[in-house]
Amino acid sequence: MPEQYRGEVVSVRRAGSYHVLTLTAGSIATQTRPGQFVALAIGGEESGLLLRRAFSIHGVQERGVFGGTVDVVVSPHGAGTRWLAQRHRGDAVNLVGPLGRPFSLPRDPVSCALVGGGYGSAPLFMLAEQLRARGCRVDMVLGAATEEKLFGVLEAKRMASTVTLTTDDGSLGQTGQVTDALAGVMDQHGTDVVYACGPMGMLAAVANMATARGVYSQCAVEESMACGIGVCMTCVLPVIGDDGTTRMVRSCIDGPVFRGDTVRWADVGTIPPDTLGASPVRESSEGAR
Amino acid sequence: MTRATVVPAESPSPWSDGRVNMSTSLAGLEMPSPVLTASGCAAAGRELDQFFDITRLGAVVTKSITLEPRAGRPTPRMAETPSGMLNSIGLQGPGITAFVERDLAWLTQRGARTVVSIAGDTVEDYAKLAKTLRMHDGVDAIEVNISCPNVAERGQVFACSPDSASAVIQAVRRNTDSRVPILAKLSPDVTDITSIAVACVRAGADGLSVINTLLGLVIDTEQMRPALAGVTGGLSGPAIRPVAVRCVWQIRQALPDIPILGMGGIRTGLDALQFILAGAQAVSVGTTVFNDPSGPIRVHQELSTALAERGFSSLAEAVSYAHRAPQDRGLSESIAPAEIDEDSL
Repeated sequence: MPEQYRGEVVSVRRAGSYHVLTLTAGSIATQTRPGQFVALAIGGEESGLLLRRAFSIHGVQERGVFGGTVDVVVSPHGAGTRWLAQRHRGDAVNLVGPLGRPFSLPRDPVSCALVGGGYGSAPLFMLAEQLRARGCRVDMVLGAATEEKLFGVLEAKRMASTVTLTTDDGSLGQTGQVTDALAGVMDQHGTDVVYACGPMGMLAAVANMATARGVYSQCAVEESMACGIGVCMTCVLPVIGDDGTTRMVRSCIDGPVFRGDTVRWADVGTIPPDTLGASPVRESSEGAR
Repeated sequence: MTRATVVPAESPSPWSDGRVNMSTSLAGLEMPSPVLTASGCAAAGRELDQFFDITRLGAVVTKSITLEPRAGRPTPRMAETPSGMLNSIGLQGPGITAFVERDLAWLTQRGARTVVSIAGDTVEDYAKLAKTLRMHDGVDAIEVNISCPNVAERGQVFACSPDSASAVIQAVRRNTDSRVPILAKLSPDVTDITSIAVACVRAGADGLSVINTLLGLVIDTEQMRPALAGVTGGLSGPAIRPVAVRCVWQIRQALPDIPILGMGGIRTGLDALQFILAGAQAVSVGTTVFNDPSGPIRVHQELSTALAERGFSSLAEAVSYAHRAPQDRGLSESIAPAEIDEDSL
């Protein structure tokens, strides 16, 4: 069950373009499963930035000098993420978590490919650890625009049987995108399950590639959220249910991890006409709820 | 501001500090706390119940429910703004049938007081919604969201015309048990909110919810187009609080006896106190929940403390207090300045 915790910063370290924050998190740390996230408040109790920012949990330490802690990876690009990146040891940060549905783990020791785009790779290392503990083979494919924007290369090398790196500019690994490398990895290692986390476009390509090959995929989406706890209805995307019906579901509660073949990737950002409750072209300028 | 909580057994509200009677009555709806959730900011209570006991609230105000399931608007549906946010959800929801079976049943079983918010495209929609709710237990009040486009009037919002607003309220009143109070939720996007308030009260509203969001627009300067897929959205959060307090104040002056549920940017107990002093019998905490999921409970506690510090022994004594003439402000001398927290000044 998620909880709200008044945490504090244990450490901030740089990793390429990113900042890795370790925060005290009490029992959030002990409850966390790979793929879940925390929602962090920005700027203290009187902040003019009201909306929490969601970060997938990169790692946890269940008990230590500081009790439970969680690690999150921050890419400073807006007011909220910049504020987080500027925190120092001892600063207060309010957390809500763990939130969302985690990655499901296979019952059998199958061959898994883990694909991360940019700092989207953050939750994949906890996952890799748990997959390895179940006897699964783990191959990792990490991609980003530049070397600076790859996250977790050393960690990947320590955990995975193989690590394939791609950058758009060729500054490290193969020039190109993760999907260019993924086909080869899947063929070579007989991948049974693909796990992915990263930008929507990458997830769409990875999920479609897996589905086309009859391979099961699990994708953790990054949708913009206001609350993270399921009440605001801003983070929705079209997902096909077990009954074959498309619904607009909340990525914070029903996700962030979805089966790749259930998300209507091409329709994200729209209400497909066959969605449950889609309006027959009813446009208005009404803006309130 | 937060103080250690003392819980005397005879306290009317088991989670106040025991010095102030926090119970309130809103058009006949008796509540142990004046703090409610706000429509659209608490779903149907279940998610928030993970963070605090929702039966401790005055009531849960549900997200506005429509006749049929609605998928809502495309994303992006939200943009952060200074001390607030703009949203355009498009009333996504399961429709009244699924709502009654799943959400209302859960709220009733959970023992939460429930204010069901309803929304429609036509007067007839509202009448049908009221008829359906009449057949079910657990509806403690109905909040009528009239900030919806009236399909029959080329999309003009019901809340912006006294006639349309009256027609909706009349239809709901006619189809609702007389023991169940009806609150009309008013839009601030009007020239004279008191004239709409008066129209709603004449049409049978037992109380007023003041205010709904303000219509706003954010342009994304990277994409150079509106940030929301729905183009315009409803502005909420502390940014709109002065507008909301002004609306409560004006309506209280125009209608001295009408029960008011005040809302708009309440983040702290002192924010809530402004609404109470301006004339509200109860308040809803909305957008703040996104920042602080247990915000409604905290606001209750802070409000209780703030009332005690000002020498009030009950919430009821503070309602409309700011309207009193100097000679009628009997309490003011009983407060020693030293008792007031510096933050509250």
